[in-house]
Amino acid sequence: MSSKTNRRDFLGMSFAAVAAVGGAASLVGMKQAWDPLPSVLAAGFTTIDLAAIDLVPGKPQTFTWRGKPIFVLEKTAEMEKFDGDLVIGDKRYTISIGLCTHLGCIPAWKKDKWKCACHGGEFNPNGEQIFGPPPKPLNIPPFSVNGTVLTLGESGPESKAMMTARA
Amino acid sequence: MAEIKESFFSAEGLEKRLNGKKFWKVMMTEYWIPKDINFLWAMGVVLATTFAILIISGIFLLMYYKPDTALAFDSVNYTIMQDVAYGWLFRHMHGVAASVVFLIIYIHMFTGIYYGSYKKGREMIWLSGMLLFVTFSAEGFSGYMLPWGQMSYWAAAVITNLFAGGSLEAYGLVEWIRGGFAVGDATLTRFFMLHVFLLPLVIIKLIVVHFYTLRIPHVNNQNSEDIDYDAEAEKYLAGNKKEAKVIPFWPVFLSKDFAVLGLFLIFYFYLVFFNYNFAMDPVNFDPANAMVTPAHIYPEWYFLWSYETLRGPFFDMFGMKAGDIGLMIFGLAQGIFLVFPFLDRDPDVLPAHKRPKFFIWFWILIIDLLVLSVYGKLPPTGANAWVGFYATAVFLLLWATLPFITKSDAKARGAL
Repeated sequence: MSSKTNRRDFLGMSFAAVAAVGGAASLVGMKQAWDPLPSVLAAGFTTIDLAAIDLVPGKPQTFTWRGKPIFVLEKTAEMEKFDGDLVIGDKRYTISIGLCTHLGCIPAWKKDKWKCACHGGEFNPNGEQIFGPPPKPLNIPPFSVNGTVLTLGESGPESKAMMTARA
Repeated sequence: MAEIKESFFSAEGLEKRLNGKKFWKVMMTEYWIPKDINFLWAMGVVLATTFAILIISGIFLLMYYKPDTALAFDSVNYTIMQDVAYGWLFRHMHGVAASVVFLIIYIHMFTGIYYGSYKKGREMIWLSGMLLFVTFSAEGFSGYMLPWGQMSYWAAAVITNLFAGGSLEAYGLVEWIRGGFAVGDATLTRFFMLHVFLLPLVIIKLIVVHFYTLRIPHVNNQNSEDIDYDAEAEKYLAGNKKEAKVIPFWPVFLSKDFAVLGLFLIFYFYLVFFNYNFAMDPVNFDPANAMVTPAHIYPEWYFLWSYETLRGPFFDMFGMKAGDIGLMIFGLAQGIFLVFPFLDRDPDVLPAHKRPKFFIWFWILIIDLLVLSVYGKLPPTGANAWVGFYATAVFLLLWATLPFITKSDAKARGAL
């Protein structure tokens, strides 16, 4: 401190220090009050039995996981084979989060691709973007496989392989 | 302090304590407005009135609205629309005013641009006004979520997703804003808080700041004449009203404002009673459903132009993803009007018709914004996508050329 520092400067700086600490602590509290609640974070697991849902090849079904739609597509024989397919027996599946990677609308299945109504993005049966603004393929949810049962929310080697193939 | 001896319970005593006459003089009868103005200068009072209508109708809606995903839709579409006496009227007044307020804001804004009312001492008016525009946009967006219909839900989903920043994939930020993995109850209640408390509070404060910033430089006039307000006010007060270039805010200026306001209110209530549907999208009368996106979604008309810049670039360019480019242009579109005073390199304050190149620039901008708005509503397929692309390109080009065009006008006039 310089020799010119007087008692009022000291009072001012003391208050600035108290206010800075208090302000920073309040910001942390306010930030965390906006975080997703623990109950929301905890409720995150959904199971799908691929053998029990009467999937028709080439016609995807939609399930819900963490409030988001999950596309489950059994590929037809004509559809291109892809490294990122989930292979169970002789069947090949595409599993993805059904939200356009552009801004999160749900693309609708039109004959042989997903089309997004919001900004015109399109995805092929592998979930790869083929037209419009989507910057990358449909996201893959973390899941594990036990026989024909998928557990969404629990990361397994199959979902990791799918993510790698699309990265 | 000079002690006041007059009774508190007398008019004279109150006047001594509050000095209301002086206040009235400073704010009203000796706040000077130039004579050389037209009806476009009435938009400020029209806006203040529309904001008051929004607050009053909002208070009545607030008494029956329930910010809960299970109750919100019915509280609006059943309780307010059918049970509450005149509930339908307050809802339509609120919805139509929210739409019309943007029409007036745009007129107000482009009046400022046309007459050069944003520079040479008026920068703070422009900046506070643009902050008001941004806050009104946030207010409109948060309010649109409240009826919890399909458009409410999907507008919320798409707009909150913007904060992921495209390829930046800041999904943690999106989930923080939403308070969940998807738009849900936590999202609705926090945006309800923003809509009915925090944002209106900020708007009211900004309006006060906006008025304050206007006080020192005064409003511009049709020929951008630099008026000596002290000298002109003296003329007026001396009784030389004919020669004075100014009039007092009250009662002279406001009387004309109220005439314009009367016409506006007739137009507004005509819309409220006979044409409210334009502010009530039919899709929003389906309850929110996280599992079905409506076939075609679009924002309200006043956001269409910036929405179209978001999706204008629909293919990858310059090694960047189409979506990222769109997001960058969208971000630019939100902020670029804010720096208008600093992009205009012309040292003179003049109306656009006295700045030949800027005049053309101005009308191309208006046409381009109209084109963007029209195509923002159409599905982004085929030729539509290309019109959107080129209109977005023109939008960018206009801003890039603004400093040069304004400079060139100034050179031709000999001002530079």
